[in-house]
Amino acid sequence: MRTLSVLWMLAYRNLWRNHRRTIIMLAAIAIGVWAMIIMIAMMRGMVEEMLRDGIETLPGHVQAHHPDYMDDPSISNLIPVSDAELTTIMQQAGVSVWASRVKVPAVVTSERESRGVMLLGIDPESERGLTFVDYDKVEGRFLDGVDDSGIVIGRKLADKLETGLGKRIVIMSQNPDNEIADRGFRVVGLFDANMDAIEEGFVFIGKQTAQTLLGVPGMVTEVFALGDDYRNVDALVAKMSVLQDSGILVQPWQDVDTYLGAMVGMMDGFVLVWIVVIFLALSFGLVNTLVMAVFERVREIGLMLALGMKPSSILGQIILESLLLLAIGLAIGNVLAWATIKPLESGIDVSAVAEGMQMMGVSSTLYPKLTMEDVVLTNVVVLVLGFFASLSPAWRASRYEPVEAITKV
Amino acid sequence: MAAVRCVDLCKTYHQGGEDIHALDHLSIDIETGGFVCLSSPSGGGKTTLLNAIGGLDRPDSGEVYIADQRIDNLSKGELAELRLHNIGFVFQAYNLIPVLTARENIEFVMQVQGVASKDRKPRALAILEEVGLAGLSDRRPAEMSGGQQQRVAVARAIVSKPALVLADEPTANLDSKTADELMELFTELNSTHGSTFVIATHDERVMQYARRLVRMLDGRIVDDIAQHAT
Repeated sequence: MRTLSVLWMLAYRNLWRNHRRTIIMLAAIAIGVWAMIIMIAMMRGMVEEMLRDGIETLPGHVQAHHPDYMDDPSISNLIPVSDAELTTIMQQAGVSVWASRVKVPAVVTSERESRGVMLLGIDPESERGLTFVDYDKVEGRFLDGVDDSGIVIGRKLADKLETGLGKRIVIMSQNPDNEIADRGFRVVGLFDANMDAIEEGFVFIGKQTAQTLLGVPGMVTEVFALGDDYRNVDALVAKMSVLQDSGILVQPWQDVDTYLGAMVGMMDGFVLVWIVVIFLALSFGLVNTLVMAVFERVREIGLMLALGMKPSSILGQIILESLLLLAIGLAIGNVLAWATIKPLESGIDVSAVAEGMQMMGVSSTLYPKLTMEDVVLTNVVVLVLGFFASLSPAWRASRYEPVEAITKV
Repeated sequence: MAAVRCVDLCKTYHQGGEDIHALDHLSIDIETGGFVCLSSPSGGGKTTLLNAIGGLDRPDSGEVYIADQRIDNLSKGELAELRLHNIGFVFQAYNLIPVLTARENIEFVMQVQGVASKDRKPRALAILEEVGLAGLSDRRPAEMSGGQQQRVAVARAIVSKPALVLADEPTANLDSKTADELMELFTELNSTHGSTFVIATHDERVMQYARRLVRMLDGRIVDDIAQHAT
């Protein structure tokens, strides 16, 4: 401890002894850190986008279904309490942002084509702002109420069916008795979504209309609720767990869509791997710099040992020098990364490669996301790995015999 | 009590398939406050003896005592501590840390010793004045002459008032005038500070300043004479 001040002074001054070498190394560290943070921000933004879209499509942070619904999402697996009873239960549980819907597979047919879709019978008022459809941007109109007789489909689906606004299409599904339930609807609205798969895969009708069509008056297949933050849904799950008393399965979004859930964990792993890979490349330069610095100062190190400095202090001095170099490089890299990402937060158009991106569930605009956690993780990992990388040259320096080091030519 | 006592020291180097006896059953006592020159031709063993006394090198056999404390069996860390508090060193060259100023070089030992900052600076400036370098405190080694650098090294060696000052060929890189000035400084500091000075040299002029001259050859003492210093 008593030598810490002199170690800092020596480390700092030795760092600037060879300006050119230090500046080159600092540039390498700064660019490496910049690349780490930029890449992480891009990936994080992409995954956030995937999660946001995914959660909007599910939708909700927590969902409730009949226990068999996830394996067989048919009308047979209704939630075993009525919509009215659900309202009471959810109010008592203190869940404020929620909706229930009928969601079953169906076939939609125009006079030319037919497609398999997911039929959503919804209450447009209670779902406003909770799903991927922006009512105000729908061409034509969105549904007026639960008993609306029209249907809203995606623009892409309309293209595939070769239909359009005002035309009639037929929805065909099954009722609980496995009898065909079908009905003609007039297309009243066309919605746009970030991904073609969504535009092609979902059609909206009024909830009551759907219940009538499928012969399940007052019943639904799905309840979903939104909390404040998709990363922390435990409280919401706890509130909704009262539904379990009625034999209803309550699941957070990670369990409903395990692919989305796995993305978060995979992203965290990717971030760490990315940092380590870049650091490994950097570490060659760092170790080389330190080895050279030690090699050039053998006699000086011998002198300090001869004067009574302990080997551990020599070890500390070299490690401090390395950490100082890394800290300055990190600071520059962090500022550069921040300055690069901030102007891009409004979105980067990646439409040139959007088709490929859509296959991964990512929209054509990428929003880089710089989080404090990622920046701290990057800095800590670089410092910790830098510490270990500098151990070898520092150890060698501390093992010098003073009498041999002083006379080294 | 002797400042230094060496008993039956042996040290052999193996070079080119040949054994070189740098110390050959050498024993010597150096009195406290003494001013001793170790002299020998190159390879005679004076630097090896100096290194053994300073705890920089271990003898193959024999015992070394500094102020009655045996040091040849101490660990690296213990030797570092001993050197830090009891011994001042002046080497032939590369005596100073290049990135530190003259004052900081002198403060270095005190810093490692843990002397408080407010005490270090006045002591360093005072000793700089004593060695005739007042006004050069902020110069780095590269900005000073060889003689000035050696004076800074001497100032650093004595600033902590060590019991023993060891100098290995301190005048080897100096011109004769500067060498004389340095030796006069040594004798003056020896008398004012009371530290024991042991100087390894093969320079006849340096030997003239010693009160005791120990001549060595092939790792053995061949002559040990008291003399009146000039």
